[in-house]
Amino acid sequence: MSQINAYRRKFMAALGGIAVGGLASGVMLRTVEAGDVPAKPVDQPVSNKVRWGMLIDVNRLTDGGASMVEACKREHGWGNDPKASPEQQSQWIRTVKVTDKLTQHSFTLPVMCQHCAEPPCVDVCPTGASMKRADGIVQVNKHTCIGCRYCMMACPYKARSFVHETLIDQRPHSPRGMGTVESCNMCVHRVDKGQLPACVEAAPQAVIFGDLNDPNSRISQAVKELGGSQIRADLGLNTGVRYLGL
Amino acid sequence: MSSKSATYSELRASKAYYLILGVCVAILGLGAVSFFHLEHTGHYVTGMNNQIVWGLPHVFAIFLIVAASGALNIGSIGTVFRKTLYQKMGRLSALLAIALLIGGLAILVLDLGHADRLLIAMTHYNFKSIFAWNIILYNGFLALCILYIWTMQDRKVKAFYPYVGFFAFSWRLILTLGTGSIFGFLVSRAYYNSAIMAPLFIAMSFALGLAVFIILLFFTFRLDKRELGDLVLNRLRYLLAIFIASAMFLELARHLTALYITQRQGVEQFILLDGGIYTLLFWIGQIVVGGLIPLSLIFCRALKNNHWSLLLASTLVLVGGFVHLYVLIVGGQAYPLELFPNADVQSSFFDGVIHSYTPSIWEWMLGVGGVAIALLLFYVGMKVLRFLPASLADAEVEVN
Repeated sequence: MSQINAYRRKFMAALGGIAVGGLASGVMLRTVEAGDVPAKPVDQPVSNKVRWGMLIDVNRLTDGGASMVEACKREHGWGNDPKASPEQQSQWIRTVKVTDKLTQHSFTLPVMCQHCAEPPCVDVCPTGASMKRADGIVQVNKHTCIGCRYCMMACPYKARSFVHETLIDQRPHSPRGMGTVESCNMCVHRVDKGQLPACVEAAPQAVIFGDLNDPNSRISQAVKELGGSQIRADLGLNTGVRYLGL
Repeated sequence: MSSKSATYSELRASKAYYLILGVCVAILGLGAVSFFHLEHTGHYVTGMNNQIVWGLPHVFAIFLIVAASGALNIGSIGTVFRKTLYQKMGRLSALLAIALLIGGLAILVLDLGHADRLLIAMTHYNFKSIFAWNIILYNGFLALCILYIWTMQDRKVKAFYPYVGFFAFSWRLILTLGTGSIFGFLVSRAYYNSAIMAPLFIAMSFALGLAVFIILLFFTFRLDKRELGDLVLNRLRYLLAIFIASAMFLELARHLTALYITQRQGVEQFILLDGGIYTLLFWIGQIVVGGLIPLSLIFCRALKNNHWSLLLASTLVLVGGFVHLYVLIVGGQAYPLELFPNADVQSSFFDGVIHSYTPSIWEWMLGVGGVAIALLLFYVGMKVLRFLPASLADAEVEVN
């Protein structure tokens, strides 16, 4: 009997914990705040004191991240390469529906470059075109990418795409080039100006963007309080993109 | 070097020689057309895509590169292991190694999204990348092969022959280790990530390089009416058997290990059991045609001293080796990456789906173009310099 009571007490405590957690995530994820992303002065180099990161609460994404995908397409102009087959189209970010085979528990989440601290794509790139900035943003230097696609073989998240054709009408702030590899760059052009990445702006109720190195930033507070899972955490890559609700 | 006098001479000009050159140039032209087409239009005309990122050109390229390092082995057995029978074939083996490597590298480079940035690849090195190391290893291999040939061709530098030979042999082992590690170092791909890739590629290179060497040696000697005795061919025959068996043994160890690891069982089941074309290619192409039949041909007592059975065995080893690389490179990518274990996944980017790949005519043209470069270099090389021993008849070779 006492065992049953002990079990009940634990269960109620856990429920309470979930309620508090949910409340906390509601409080923390409610709005995007100015000051999350201070602009980088143009005459200053990128600093490794900052580690940009993103926390995505999957349960708060009413559309599974579709609006984030659309915002990314608009911002960077990918998704409609006229000659490429569907398998050849670039996709910087996509929504993935995951259903557990045993429990049938299902959720949908956006997957893009996870901006690893130890990115395999950077390790394998022969020329160093696949690079990580001091502030943790992983991107491709389009001037030195030779188009070997080894980074695409190495990425565990299938986050990279190869441009299969000549492109016109590109966004001036996000040039794409035939024969080079591309991926989410955390909207580096916006972040440097003190703006949020386009996808974060499209889902303010579910995503926090900020500096993971600053213990007082909202994202650091949130991950400290609520945790934040990594996809394929077994690889030990220490991703900059974290998820709640996986 | 062998105490029996060894004389070498250039390949004689003949109709057959010019026919070979003509065919090679024509095929090379196809490769060039393919390259310019890809360079102009982009890779959308190929069967490769964002799911299968490396395709047929890479199979051709790695086939030639792996065979190149193996082709040098004939020379190394003579130099490093002091087997005099092989010493007469040393020059030819080094020439073939150079030719095959250049053919393979040409495909690899011309398939790049930006082949025009080759200079960047040569000047910007990320030393954590095994690919960057491979660029250095390939260039070094070419330089060492040229030095090796020099020490064999020029009596004035003959004193360096054993040292250069030993260095070239060590370098080629490291080179193939590097080629295998291109796959072995892919941490996120269950079908590749394994240290066994390095020795597997080395064993494959022994088999493929020797098979190419046997076929070209045989036909070139017939073409030029030179004598090639049973002694040499039987030595090469049993050596080939050892190499085939070694490659199969390492492949067995690789699959057994993967089958034991739960995380890898999905992709193993795909390749070995229900992968459609890949399963068929694995069992029929790689194991039966590329392994069991050649071994049977070699060890069949009735076929001892039968040159044609050795040629057939060598050809089947090449077919099997090509299929092996196809299953490894394309089949390994066809199975989707697992981001969420034990879950069904769906997305617009083909997550959780078996990826399909059909090579286009352009990929075939680029691939065979590389083979043509290798053959062209080999035959032109033999025509202009003294690579070919005057005779490899039984009376002319020394066995130790």
